[in-house]
Amino acid sequence: MTAPVLADALGPRGRRTARIVSVVTAAAVAAAVTLAFHRLRDNGQLDADLYRPFTQWAAIRFYLVGLLNTLKVAAVAMVLAMAIGVLLALLRLTRSLVLRVVATIYVEFFRGLPLYLLIIFSAFALPNYGIDLSLMTALILGLTVYNSSILGEVFRAGILSLDRGQTEASYALGLGYWQTMLLVLVPQAARRMLPTIVSQLVTLLKDTSLGVVIAYEELLRRSQIAAEFFGNTLQSVAFAAVLYIIVNYSLGRLAQRLEVRQRRRLGAGAINVAGAGEDLAIVAAQGEAGRADR
Amino acid sequence: MDVVLDNLDEFLGGMQGTVVLTLVSFACAFVLGVVVAGFRVSPVSPLRFVGAAYVNVVRNIPLPAIFILFYFGLPNVGIGYSRFTASIIILAGYTGTFVAEAVRAGVNSVARGQAEAARSLGMTFPQTMRTVIVPQALRTVVQPIGSVFIALIKNSAVATVISVPNLTKSVERVVTDTAEFTPVYLGAAIAYLLLTLPSEQAVGWIERKVAIRR
Repeated sequence: MTAPVLADALGPRGRRTARIVSVVTAAAVAAAVTLAFHRLRDNGQLDADLYRPFTQWAAIRFYLVGLLNTLKVAAVAMVLAMAIGVLLALLRLTRSLVLRVVATIYVEFFRGLPLYLLIIFSAFALPNYGIDLSLMTALILGLTVYNSSILGEVFRAGILSLDRGQTEASYALGLGYWQTMLLVLVPQAARRMLPTIVSQLVTLLKDTSLGVVIAYEELLRRSQIAAEFFGNTLQSVAFAAVLYIIVNYSLGRLAQRLEVRQRRRLGAGAINVAGAGEDLAIVAAQGEAGRADR
Repeated sequence: MDVVLDNLDEFLGGMQGTVVLTLVSFACAFVLGVVVAGFRVSPVSPLRFVGAAYVNVVRNIPLPAIFILFYFGLPNVGIGYSRFTASIIILAGYTGTFVAEAVRAGVNSVARGQAEAARSLGMTFPQTMRTVIVPQALRTVVQPIGSVFIALIKNSAVATVISVPNLTKSVERVVTDTAEFTPVYLGAAIAYLLLTLPSEQAVGWIERKVAIRR
């Protein structure tokens, strides 16, 4: 938990207010939990039968395979999106007007569309044009196209944030445009943007659940199937939600740690790109960095 | 292009759905986010805990999962809302976490001296927040909150999962009826870009308007 930066040690009156607010908050939380408990019990949602599947290996396995599919799709889409993202960033920074325009149109077009639309297009419209993809490939295609446009912007911002001296030094050494970019600028930009890239990975991982609309058996779809089979929608889907929270929260923490490290190393150099993860752990970063300095 | 013109009512209705979903849930998300951000920086630890719990739980569940859980799961405990109301609650609750994180970052970017000065004038914590910190914080987070808004326009498409009228739902319906693909998808894509690209411009404009140079 981050320490509050807006108040110093409370005086007697402040402490009293804080105590009162604490008690009221605790009471409100307790009331909410009790209410939820009664709701669940009165509607028979606490019956052991509804939870029994989650004690059986077959059901757990069913979920884990779903999670595995989710991770597989996310991993493939992320790798492809990063590769295409780097390419887009480089194209947007070339001197060739045509390439710049093409890359800009790609980025602006796909960044402005809902992923939902791209995924149903890949799965249901492409066969009409004679392109028949498996559900998994369709999902990966949608995710890749969308995320590459976002990562393209991330990499571009990263490259632009680097000191000009880097570019000038490489040119002075006789490196060409592509060599400068790939050997000097992109590696530095990628490191600098690592926290943003990881939080984009969290977003991508959550977005794989759109597989549910094309009936690809990732985690959410499988929880839906389990819900129909066991007749316990609330429990089955909530179980998947818990798995999502565990995975995403861990990745989110990782992004935060990376950002903290980054800030310590670069001062305020870690940049934040609009449209990306939105995971701004500035307090945590400043707090922890401050502590490390001391 | 005839398909789009023949089904113009459907598309306009869908567009209206997307706009209404976005605006209403953004208004709710904004208020919610600012309040939760206030919780997260308050000197009262239970409030901080509640804020953090809400943000970390809701933000890490995929939006489609929240839709399914809320709309198909909660009726099992006697909580049922209309599709539209459910969508607003879900989109606002989900987006609220992102607003909260953005505002929190903004609050923490306000110079320490501001809060100290306010306190030495004898202001209480809520007063300090309301009159000194939040107005400055919001100015610095126009860009991140703008991206949250644009993400919300796109996320409102997920309401299709529970068949709430919106642009993406219209696409599904018209494609099913007519088996025409190119004009329908292209039309919808243009419609979405007509919403997202100007929003981006507007965000930039607002930012230039309110930015404080420090």
